[in-house]
Amino acid sequence: MATEIKVPTLGESVTEATVAKWFKSVGEAVNQDEPLVELETDKVTLEVNAPAAGVLAEIAADVDTDVEVGALLGKIDGDAKAAPAPKKEEKKEEAKKEEPAPAPEPAPAPAPAPAPAAAAPAAAPLLPAVRKLVEDNNLDPSAIPASGKDGRLLKGDVLAYLEKGGAAAPAPAPAAAPAAAPVAATAPAKAEQYPPRVDGPREERVKMTRLRKMVAERLKSAQNTAAMLTTFNECDMTAVIEARAQYSDSFEKKHGVRLGFMSFFVKASIVALRELPAVNAEIHGDDIIYKNYYDISIAVGSPQGLVVPVLRDADQKTFAEVEATIADFGKRARDGKITIEELQGGSFTITNGGIFGSLNSTPILNAPQSGILGMHSIQKRPMVMPDGSIEARPMMNLALSYDHRIVDGREAVTFLVRVKECIEDPSRIMFDV
Amino acid sequence: MAEEPFDVVVIGAGPGGYVAAIRAAQLGLKTALVEKRETLGGTCLNVGCIPSKALLQSSHLFEEANHTFADHGIKSGKMTVDVAAMMKRKDSVVGDTVKGIDFLMNKNKITVVTGTGTITAADEVSVAAGKGKKKQVLKTENIIIASGSDVAPLPGVDIDEKQIVSSTGALTLSKVPKTMVVIGAGVIGLEMGSVWRRLGAKVTVVEFLDCVFPGMDGEISKQAQRIFGKQGIEFKLSTKVTGAKKTKDGVTLSMESVDGKSKETMQADVVLVAIGRRPYIEGLGLDKVGVEVTDRGFVKVDGDYQTNVPGIFAIGDTIGGAMLAHKAEEEGYVCAELIAGQSGHIDYNAIPGVVYTWPEVAGVGKTEEQLKEDGVEYKVGKFPFSANARARANNDTDGFVKILSDKTTDRILGVHIIGPEAGDLIQEAVVAMEFGASAEDLARTSHGHPGLSEAVKEAALGAYDKALHI
Repeated sequence: MATEIKVPTLGESVTEATVAKWFKSVGEAVNQDEPLVELETDKVTLEVNAPAAGVLAEIAADVDTDVEVGALLGKIDGDAKAAPAPKKEEKKEEAKKEEPAPAPEPAPAPAPAPAPAAAAPAAAPLLPAVRKLVEDNNLDPSAIPASGKDGRLLKGDVLAYLEKGGAAAPAPAPAAAPAAAPVAATAPAKAEQYPPRVDGPREERVKMTRLRKMVAERLKSAQNTAAMLTTFNECDMTAVIEARAQYSDSFEKKHGVRLGFMSFFVKASIVALRELPAVNAEIHGDDIIYKNYYDISIAVGSPQGLVVPVLRDADQKTFAEVEATIADFGKRARDGKITIEELQGGSFTITNGGIFGSLNSTPILNAPQSGILGMHSIQKRPMVMPDGSIEARPMMNLALSYDHRIVDGREAVTFLVRVKECIEDPSRIMFDV
Repeated sequence: MAEEPFDVVVIGAGPGGYVAAIRAAQLGLKTALVEKRETLGGTCLNVGCIPSKALLQSSHLFEEANHTFADHGIKSGKMTVDVAAMMKRKDSVVGDTVKGIDFLMNKNKITVVTGTGTITAADEVSVAAGKGKKKQVLKTENIIIASGSDVAPLPGVDIDEKQIVSSTGALTLSKVPKTMVVIGAGVIGLEMGSVWRRLGAKVTVVEFLDCVFPGMDGEISKQAQRIFGKQGIEFKLSTKVTGAKKTKDGVTLSMESVDGKSKETMQADVVLVAIGRRPYIEGLGLDKVGVEVTDRGFVKVDGDYQTNVPGIFAIGDTIGGAMLAHKAEEEGYVCAELIAGQSGHIDYNAIPGVVYTWPEVAGVGKTEEQLKEDGVEYKVGKFPFSANARARANNDTDGFVKILSDKTTDRILGVHIIGPEAGDLIQEAVVAMEFGASAEDLARTSHGHPGLSEAVKEAALGAYDKALHI
């Protein structure tokens, strides 16, 4: 008797996924709850486990197929006997081989901000002219900003999108000139946004994953929307390093987690955010939404790139709770197990390029937030002390990228100054001065 | 009278008022409707839209019988008209329609109070004592002013509804005048002028501006003038009427050209004054309650139909804009929803205007003149009914469909039609515009064959690419 494998609920407002990888092939034995297939959505990847034991009888949706919630992925035959199959490799490593290594630049992963314009067209049928343009040009309708009623795509939206796409792409010379003519002949019917390009013999063309495409679009969208710039400062880490040296053992003994740098920066940021609420706010249309909570997004590395789960009500967490939560995020990110809900919301972001060796950088805003703090590597530098002497001090550069539409220069600079003051004298956090 | 206060009291039972009342009641609001006329339905049902369309249909059939039946091989000899019978039918249509509104009021449990309503406080409407009726005071949370409009008078030409008539009198003439002068080449003037011309009057239309249907697309206006001229209506454009003198034989009008260069007089049995309508807010007591009014007499409202006095709203002809029944209906509906705490929004660019002459004339969105003035680049698709199969089968080929779409995005900006059933054909354009559709979207939508609406499809094809059938 055959059991169907269907696409499960994918999360709030996520209706589609792409089949990324099958862990079993047709004919292989499958145990109940064994991971069978990996699906990729805009925000996370998730596994679908076998609903029953048996043999994988049919794969209905191949790798790279787009599937909707509830769609049929495959079938398991509970009665059949399977041929012994070689053990598959750990799925994560294989799937990620295609991905370029995460960039050292702290770039936030897809902002979990609601995107109503993208969600609606998935349900509403395309207007006839829109359908033709999308098919003629091989476009993804969900990638085109929609301005019509109820989020519908209009012909004008598609034309504008094509115009921007056409204008943005340079026309690269084909690597092999004789090959250019036949390629040009076949290309026009399915004219891409970009002019056709012949892949050279020493080049490998890899399709962008859905995740990377969404990240790319959201990064550009953030950059195009906010009046984004970065202000810099530096802080002397001596006091924090001494505090850690003094309390590291007792902290770990009592709380079961190491006292790292992040908790200090989270707490210092909250002191500053309380004083400069615009940095914790969000622009929505003509309004500014001030948030009376501190949900700090923490950028953590995962094999697919940076993900940014949210530390909820960070102001109410102790140092130990902050460290524990962040450590848990890190572990689960490496295993690809951060949930969609954990990525949503967030009023401010902290990213640490220092763990990769970055000395200074200009982080990109995690839309729709208005501020992001960049931490960097700690480097001993000669500093002039108050009494005029010169000492080698452990210094960290701090960067705050902010949305100048609602955060003015004075606020941004003051924010960093306050963070610096709290790091250089952590008792300020306790006394809130 | 001590009674639970109402949630809404609507003053005026025209299309704006009665629709607002029904919607308010549907949303669970305790609603009252005050109307000074003995019958509900306002100008539209009693002395406007409905009776005029009844007479237009009757006179249209008479025209067809006398002028086109022979082409179809129908032999009938000369037909005559019994005006009294025509009026009787018109009255029964009006009567039935008005009864329909009574039914809707009962169905929705709306309290109807007959009498002149006056706003005596921001939460109170007093209805004057009529004959045999006591004065009533209605306490209410909200008031919607929907008292509509009245005929705009022309100084020097005093209306007596016998020899010098407004549209009201034009709907009740007891016999066909030999000659009729219509002052005003707008919708009402041309519709009523058509009725009486068809029934046998010699009709002359005098208009101050230089075109018929001022405000409609220029190309449509010109074509309309040409067609009505061929039907026998004489036009004196760029002419103003300076005075009228009544004698027992008729009316003598003195006119002069707008540039003042020439003067003339003209005799007519009946003169119809149709130069427009003005808001009717008499007896509402607005100045006492402090409701602000513009210097042209319209009630001032914000985007949510609120006047400057919280809880007092106004809609329809009283606030200006297009003085159309369906515009008032939309506003009444939305206003009731806003009062009930919902949000509401009307796209005024997607409200059609229709003239029920024959051929009919209809338009929605921007005219070519407006687009040129706004500096918007546009494309035009035009298709004549003479190339439409259905129109030819019907022997009714005057007119064309014109679609204007944005040059870059192809979004439909305006659609203008003169021809058979234009008033109904325009509706798909209105829907298309509400959804921001492009001309190509309309062109790629199937239209039944053989249908008049194929002319719309062909015009859309012409706007975005090329028409097929011309």
